[in-house]
Amino acid sequence: MSRPSILQKIATSVAVATPAPVARKVRGLSDRAITWLFVTPTILLLLVINIFPLIWTIQLSFTNYKANRAARGEKFIGLRNYERVLGDADIWITLQTTAHFLIWTMLLQVLLGFGLAWLLNKQFKGHSFWTTLILLPMMLSPAVVGNFWRFLYQPQIGLFNYIIAFFTGADPSSFQMLGDVNLAPWSIVIVDTWMWTPYIMLICLAGLRSIPDYIYEAAEVDRASKWRQFWSITVPMVLPFLMLAVLFRAIENFKMFDLVVELTNGGPGSVTELASINLKREAFEKWRTGYSSAFAIILFVTVFGVANIYVKALNAVKQR
Amino acid sequence: MKKGWIKSMLRTAAGAALALTVTAAPSQKAQAQSLTLCWAAWDPANALVEMSKDFTAQSGIEMNFEFVPWPNYADRMLNELNSGGKLCDLLIGDSQWIGGSAENGHYVKLNSFFDKEGISMDDFLPATVYAYSTWPKGSPNYWALPAMGDANGWVYRKDWFSRPALRSEFKSKYGRDLEPPKTWTEMKDIGEFFQGRDIDGKRVYGAAIFTERGSEGITMGATGALYSWGFQYQNPNKPYDMEGFVNSPDAVAALEFYKELYKCCTPPGYTDSYMEEGLDAFKSGQVAMMMNWFAFFPGLHKDPVVGGDKIGFFVNPGQKVEASTLGGQGISVVSYSEKKDQALEYVKWFASPKVQKKWWSLGGYSCHKSVLLDPGFANTQPFAADFLKAMDGVQDFWQEPAYAELLLAMQKRVHDFVVADQGTAQEALDKLIEDWTETFEDEGKL
Repeated sequence: MSRPSILQKIATSVAVATPAPVARKVRGLSDRAITWLFVTPTILLLLVINIFPLIWTIQLSFTNYKANRAARGEKFIGLRNYERVLGDADIWITLQTTAHFLIWTMLLQVLLGFGLAWLLNKQFKGHSFWTTLILLPMMLSPAVVGNFWRFLYQPQIGLFNYIIAFFTGADPSSFQMLGDVNLAPWSIVIVDTWMWTPYIMLICLAGLRSIPDYIYEAAEVDRASKWRQFWSITVPMVLPFLMLAVLFRAIENFKMFDLVVELTNGGPGSVTELASINLKREAFEKWRTGYSSAFAIILFVTVFGVANIYVKALNAVKQR
Repeated sequence: MKKGWIKSMLRTAAGAALALTVTAAPSQKAQAQSLTLCWAAWDPANALVEMSKDFTAQSGIEMNFEFVPWPNYADRMLNELNSGGKLCDLLIGDSQWIGGSAENGHYVKLNSFFDKEGISMDDFLPATVYAYSTWPKGSPNYWALPAMGDANGWVYRKDWFSRPALRSEFKSKYGRDLEPPKTWTEMKDIGEFFQGRDIDGKRVYGAAIFTERGSEGITMGATGALYSWGFQYQNPNKPYDMEGFVNSPDAVAALEFYKELYKCCTPPGYTDSYMEEGLDAFKSGQVAMMMNWFAFFPGLHKDPVVGGDKIGFFVNPGQKVEASTLGGQGISVVSYSEKKDQALEYVKWFASPKVQKKWWSLGGYSCHKSVLLDPGFANTQPFAADFLKAMDGVQDFWQEPAYAELLLAMQKRVHDFVVADQGTAQEALDKLIEDWTETFEDEGKL
């Protein structure tokens, strides 16, 4: 006779402790009712935390409401906020800045992340140590990373400038990464790449390790070159993992805020002002609640649409 | 037996509740006898803490303080007010908040209280009453008591300026003595003279000026130049008519000059700097001159490394007119406070000439005439005379209810031009008028 498991013991205790009237009622419930019983709290939470604010935001986007002037009330102004957002040249510049950041971080992180994963997938002495070391940046808080990279980029005392100066012979204080209009957009790309390449690497590594050895062995038997094995086996089998990682990172970087605020605060001028930073300024510094709600809805629809198309592509790749 | 057990439990619970009530009573009383004053975290706030001990001794009311660093001060406090928060009973709020706080009912109107207590606004410097207390501007509707007079001024390295070798080199190059500048043009000369120079084996730079993007920094700095070129926010005869005033040729010239000063004479990486960064640069011996608020000057004068005889002060240089950017704040009673009477008691105490004298002696900037117009005032501190001179020509940013929107628009336009090299000064100011026009249209003022 086998001994009851811990779960069985807990279930028995709960059953015994349940008062008889309650137990009778539960016994009378259908499977469907019990399902609803469990799902309802989650649905309620979703409604309160996600759906209600979304609907409220949509409603506010058609008004001239200002949260800091609530006593003034709100007036329905139709599509005026949407017209303003879409006709605002500064908003388009902000979106271009976000696109620059998104495209370059994704490109660099995919190349470097996949490359690192491919190297770490080779069994060599100390590879666990190197894996852990490479993963460290993504374990740090973005605020901390932003702060210490700001010091690294400091033109007079920053290590980054000294390293560049060492290799180029230039004066360390002759250039400034965060203060230069041309370099600042790249400085935030560098930091985000440093921080999040390990994440892409980790997921690629999982993909690489999921490829059974016998496929490579069969390819060897067929005398396929390493180059051919890479393009015909490794890449297609890692691609779904990679695409998933890119989806997560792209969504995160589209709403990137903390790291860039700590590094440049959107400056110099507005050259690193991403959409999220602009949105925060409009909503909580200028208090243009209606206008910022319209901007938020436009961003939401954009991300939602692009993510849907991407997920369809991802599913197509998985089913190949 | 069971009923007896329940009765015994109820008795115990009742006893415990009674005991709690009795022990809690004194603490509630103590809580009722305390006030929370909110302000920015800076040197004068420490002086106020010290001085408020006298109020506690006199009234028995404990004072608590909520000090927020400057970069977050407006965000934090305006959120508190907008949400009807009860954190602050008293608030020393920035001058630009007065319009919004009055119109949105955040501050208690003080007229009847002043009348009842015999507090006269005639006892305070008119510029400070206008800037810190009144809304609508200049009307006899008082929402704050002038608490901390302040203006943007300058501090310089007197010890460097007095070195014979440097003085002689400067004179041969510019044909005048190396002295605190009287105009912005002279200041730029001095900045260029010191920029990149080695002094005592250390690389130094010309000037630390305000370039901060996030809150109000670059606007407060650039307006220092704009006002000196005669900048006006609007047509004096037609409110909110900004064309030809905000973007006048003189305003364009002033903004271009501020950019030149930023380019020629600031330390490397000085792209997002405000009060604290300026103080860091000056105290670490990096710069010959620093733009900053008078409020910091008492602390700088006492500084063991760069203070005392090593430094001197000068008022914001003129160019076409003598003018300075206004800082400073008034003290208001928050309308959401449940301790308004006690808060008013504090305001009454603070307004007395005796307390105002002590306020100045501890490092606060009194706005009371009994302090400022005292014949000996100018000699009380090395920066006192300059402070008086500055307060004589102060100008402030818009104090409209929509001031945050107006301020952030200027932050963007000025920073884009000065620091980020985007467009021309004319374009920056033209766009600024467009931004401000849109805001005033939304406000129903245009």
